[in-house]
Amino acid sequence: MQNSKTQETLTGLFVACGIAALFFMAMQISNLGSFSSEKVYNISANFENAGGLKVKSPVTIAGFRVGRVSSISINKDFVAVVKMNIASQYKLPDDTVASIYTAGLLGEQYISLDPGGEEEFLEENGVIDITSSAVILEQLIGKFFTDKESQ
Amino acid sequence: MDTKAPPKTDIVCIQNLTFSRGHRKIFNAISLDIKRGGITAIMGPSGTGKTTLLKLIGGQLYPDKGNIIVDQQNVHQLKRTDLYTLRKRMGMLFQSGALLTDISVFDNVALPLREHTALNESMIRTLVLMKLQAVGLRGARDLIPGELSGGMARRVALARAIALDPMMIMYDEPFTGQDPISLGILVKLIKELNNTLGLTSIIVSHDVEETIGIADYIYVLSEGKVAGHGTPEQIRNSDSEWVQQFMKGDADGPVHFHYPATDYKEDLFQ
Amino acid sequence: MIDFLQKLGQTTLTSLGKLGRGYFFLIHTLVGIISVLSRPRLLTKQLYSVGVLSFLIISISGLFVGMVLGLQGFYILSDFGAEETLGVMVAASLVRELGPVVAALLFAGRAGSALTAEIGLMKATEQLSGMEMMAIDPIKRIIAPRFLAGFLSMPLLAALFSAIGVIGGQLIGVGLLGVDDGAYWSQMQSTLDFQDDIINGIIKSIVFGFVVSWIALFEGYDAIPTSEGVSRATTRTVVNSAFTILGLDFILTALMFGDI
Repeated sequence: MQNSKTQETLTGLFVACGIAALFFMAMQISNLGSFSSEKVYNISANFENAGGLKVKSPVTIAGFRVGRVSSISINKDFVAVVKMNIASQYKLPDDTVASIYTAGLLGEQYISLDPGGEEEFLEENGVIDITSSAVILEQLIGKFFTDKESQ
Repeated sequence: MDTKAPPKTDIVCIQNLTFSRGHRKIFNAISLDIKRGGITAIMGPSGTGKTTLLKLIGGQLYPDKGNIIVDQQNVHQLKRTDLYTLRKRMGMLFQSGALLTDISVFDNVALPLREHTALNESMIRTLVLMKLQAVGLRGARDLIPGELSGGMARRVALARAIALDPMMIMYDEPFTGQDPISLGILVKLIKELNNTLGLTSIIVSHDVEETIGIADYIYVLSEGKVAGHGTPEQIRNSDSEWVQQFMKGDADGPVHFHYPATDYKEDLFQ
Repeated sequence: MIDFLQKLGQTTLTSLGKLGRGYFFLIHTLVGIISVLSRPRLLTKQLYSVGVLSFLIISISGLFVGMVLGLQGFYILSDFGAEETLGVMVAASLVRELGPVVAALLFAGRAGSALTAEIGLMKATEQLSGMEMMAIDPIKRIIAPRFLAGFLSMPLLAALFSAIGVIGGQLIGVGLLGVDDGAYWSQMQSTLDFQDDIINGIIKSIVFGFVVSWIALFEGYDAIPTSEGVSRATTRTVVNSAFTILGLDFILTALMFGDI
C-alpha cells in the first residue's frame, strides 16, 4: 500500500509529463510552432500548369516560407487557379511574380513569390497576374531533343 | 398475482416463489414468513439455493414467479431508487466478507456512511470506531482486508453491515470454515447485536448445532420446497424423516448416499 | 448440417446478447462518470494505477521504437540520398500510427488486463454484490472512475510514446549516424501538419483509450466469477482489444488520410 501523498504526486507528475509531451508534439514536431496560428490573408494566382503542386505546399519569398497553398482548381478557361494563405505581416506589391519551382531535382513543388516595386499592395482575395508555370521534366527533355535536332 | 397484504409483524414475506437457473428449478413455489425481531434460520444442504434466496430478498435476482415482500414493499416491483433506499435498511453479510480489498478496515466500515450520509469526517470516525468496537476490532482499523483472518474479515463485514443501523441483517453461511474460537465469537456477536440493536436476523446455514443454538425459528429447505419449519424444539422432534436425517447428519436416508445412477452391476460389466 | 446451423445460431445469439449487455454497461458507465466528477479523489487513485504504472513501459518502448525507426529509416533513405528527411519519416510514423496504436496495444496488455482481472476478482469475491447490497452502485463507484482514468490516460501515454520516440530517432539519426540536427527538426516541422497529423493522432488515441477501457472493464464485469472465468476474461481483453485497435486504426486512417 503506497502512501497516498506519493501516489498523488506521481499522478500529478504523470499528467504533467503527458501534457508536456502533447505540447512538444504541437510545437516541436508539427508546423504549429512556426505558422498557422498567425493571421493570414488569401490571394490567388492563375497558372497554365500547376504541375505537382498540392494543397499545403509551401509558398516562399527568397526561400523563406510565408504561406501555404490552400486550394487548387481550374476555371472555365481550363487554367489552374491556385489559392494561397499568406501570413498577414507580409505585404505583397501588386506586381509580384509567382513561379512554381521544384525543390531539388525530384523534390516537392512549391510557389516562389518575387515581389515587385509597385506602391499598391495585394488585398484579401487579390490576384497575382504575372506567373510562370511548373516546369515539367518530360517537356524539358522533349524540348532539349527537338532543339538538338533543329541545330 | 394475488398479493395478500402480509401482517405487519412479518418483515419478510415470501409467497409462492419459483426460481430456476437454467433448467434446474431451485425454488418451486415456496412460501415462508420471517417475523420482525428475533433470529430466523433458513437451513438446508449445500446447493439448495440458500444464498440465492438472500439475493432474491435483496433484489439482486428476479424470481420467475411469486412475490417477495420486505417491510410491506414488493421488492421486485420497486423502482431502482426505491430499491436502493430499501437496501440501505438491509445489511447483508457475505460468506467471504466481501470487503473491498484495496482500502483499509476503517475505510471499509466508513464506506456506506460516506456514500449515504452527509456526516463530517469526525462524526464518521466516531461512528466507525463505535461499530468496530462492537465487533471487537477497533485495534485493527488500519489493517487491509488481506491481512485479516477469515473470522476477522467476517466481523469487519458485520461492522460494515450495521454501519447504517439497518432493520435487518442477512447472514450468508456465517459459521462455515471457522475455528472454534471465531465460531464462538460470531455466535455471540450475532445474538448480542440482534438483541441490543433490535434487529431482525436471517441466518442461512447448514451448521446445525450453532444455528439451532441461537435461532428462534427455523425453516428447512430441500429440493426447492420447505421440508419443515418451527422452533428449534419442534424441528428436533419433527416427524419428517428428511428433517431428521439432516439434523442428525446421517449418511443415508431419504437423501441417498449415491448420486442417481444406473444399476451398479450393469454399469461395471457393460 | 442442422447441428452446424444450431451452433451458428447459438453463437450469434450469445454474441448479440453480450453486445447488448456491453452497450447497456457503457451507457450506465457514462452516466456514472457524472458522479465521479464530483469526487476527484476516486479518479486520482485510478489515474495512478492506470496511467502512472503504464508510464515506464510506454516510455521505454517509445524510446526503442524511435531508435529502430531511426536506424531503419536511415538505411532506406540514404539509398536515395534523402537522409535529411529522416525526421519526417520517424515523426510521421510515430505521430500518425505507431504512437497511438502501439501505445494502445501496450496499454491493453498492461492496464487493460489488470483492470479486467481486478474487476473479475471483485466479482468473484462478491465485492460488487456486496456493494449493491449496501445500496452503492458498483458501476458508479468502481467502474466509472476506472473508465475515466483509462480514457484520459491513453492520449497522454500515446503523446509520451511519440515524443520520446522522436527523441529516440534523433539520438540514433543525429547522434550516431550523423544526420544534420537542424535538418532533422526543420524538415519534420515543415512537413507535419498540426491539424492533419497531430490532432488526428490524438483523436485516434482517444478512441483507442475509450474502446480499450470499455472492453477491459466490461470483460471483468461480465466474467464468470471463478478463477478460470477471470483468467479467460483477461485473455479476451487482450485479444479483443488488439483486434479492435487494429481494425479501428484501419478505419480511422482511411477516414482521416484517405482522400485529401
